[in-house]
Amino acid sequence: MSNYFKILRPGINSTFQDLGRFGLQHLGIVPSGCMDRSLFYLANQLVGNEVFEGVLEFAYQGPLLELESESAEIAIAGKVNFNVIDKNGKIKQGVCNQSFVIYKGEKIDIISTVKSVYGYLSIYGGFKLDKVKESISTLVRAKIGSNDGEKLKLGEKIFYNQIKSANSKKKIEFNFDENNSIRVMKGLQFSYFSKESQKNFFLKEYEITKLTDRMGMRLEGEKLQNVISSNIKSEGITKGSIQVPGDGQPIILLSDHPTIGGYPKIANVITADYDKLVQKAPGTKINFKLVDISIAESAFEEYLKRLNNNLNAIRL
Amino acid sequence: MLKKISNIGDCGIACDFGDKISKDTNKEVIKFFSFVQDSTKAKKIKGILNCTPSYNKLIINFDLEKIKSSELIQFIQKSDYSKITLPEKNKLIEIPICYDEEFALDIKTLEQKTKLNFKEIIKEHLKTDFFVYMIGFVPGHPFMGDLNKELYLKRLETPRVRVPKGSVGIVEKFCNIYTFDSPGGWNIIGKTPLELFNINKNNPSILSPGDSVQFKSITKKELLSFKNE
Repeated sequence: MSNYFKILRPGINSTFQDLGRFGLQHLGIVPSGCMDRSLFYLANQLVGNEVFEGVLEFAYQGPLLELESESAEIAIAGKVNFNVIDKNGKIKQGVCNQSFVIYKGEKIDIISTVKSVYGYLSIYGGFKLDKVKESISTLVRAKIGSNDGEKLKLGEKIFYNQIKSANSKKKIEFNFDENNSIRVMKGLQFSYFSKESQKNFFLKEYEITKLTDRMGMRLEGEKLQNVISSNIKSEGITKGSIQVPGDGQPIILLSDHPTIGGYPKIANVITADYDKLVQKAPGTKINFKLVDISIAESAFEEYLKRLNNNLNAIRL
Repeated sequence: MLKKISNIGDCGIACDFGDKISKDTNKEVIKFFSFVQDSTKAKKIKGILNCTPSYNKLIINFDLEKIKSSELIQFIQKSDYSKITLPEKNKLIEIPICYDEEFALDIKTLEQKTKLNFKEIIKEHLKTDFFVYMIGFVPGHPFMGDLNKELYLKRLETPRVRVPKGSVGIVEKFCNIYTFDSPGGWNIIGKTPLELFNINKNNPSILSPGDSVQFKSITKKELLSFKNE
């Protein structure tokens, strides 16, 4: 017997993601993977999965799904406004960050993420997904990964492994970091920028524009003056790099970034602040704070500690 | 020679082999790339997630939970990779190309700017022994060189919104092949029916950094009847 949901509305950018595929960037294949790693872990923990199980990631507006099989235990992680609609069409507001059971004929309507961008739908026992090079992560641009490398589509069925009717009632309360300060380290071409622009980059606010997706985040603010060259010899790209093309407006490269690129990089977002960054919605004004490697590394230790505390809080 | 190692954020390092873009510099990068890959396979170093070679740099990304940049840099500084040779697996690959006008989208511009006729351009392109400097931007997309100076051209002033998959383009001393339909600004001189990238294959990319490439001219009829394995 196969267990599945039917997609009645796919949402804006709903894809299956896990931690990503590694070891292939020299062939032009970017890791991809979930945008907000800590939220991805929490989503899996809420339904008792291994934390690296594939989940459904959505951005802004999520999907409307109808359960066609007996039952399922799911969780929706993030700050998400969603409804559960029963067989008679009765609407009940859903509660995120806790596990719940739904039954045949019920619908989940993920209306929007609230003051954030990404949310995750996890399911007990996992979705039935094909791994491509050891990962189910979907890279739509190159049609790589599960679901034939595509976003969710209207009318398609998404399959999962196990029905479950007992709710394990796991939940977690947490808040996203409201602070808009993003810590960065100097980029490889920091010295390409005028002394004034080097200062401005850390003094001024940059607004996240609507031209933002899984590939990159375009910012708008004080123009950054390049005094050497706005083209460099193309080089490998790392997630979180902040590149500045000829127009002087920075772009932060995110999880689906191109593997190599030829624009100078003024800075790199530290790992500890990446999840926080990707949850900032267009219109948010962010500012950058310069740190060195030792601060970045201890910030990562703190990030892990916080994540593990949250995971353990669910386990209890 | 490895000249400098710098941090890229907290989970990457850039190994810089100097400013000169040449096959010699790139071969040093690729040798070092194969050293890091071998060390990872032999478990001499842990936590390496990706290595990305480009013209003159190797970018190494790692898992911050398993290794820190200082440990990785120390490992590199203590290692002797001077005797590493280019991997034997680097191969010579013949790539079929059709120069029919239907596919050579920029042939008129090429003739004007190089002051050569199309036949001469084709002859020059076919006699070039290409070297794969790097692969990337999108999956399987090769950057190859070096073309003869006579064929040096700048990028198109207005890039195309959509370059068909398989198109072969040139810019300055480099030649590329579009592995997906995508936007692009290279001067298109022909098309290959050979599928360079297929994620479902054991080795998804026919070309690897350090390979050699020779183009072979085919007719439009041959292109249309070409079957990929």
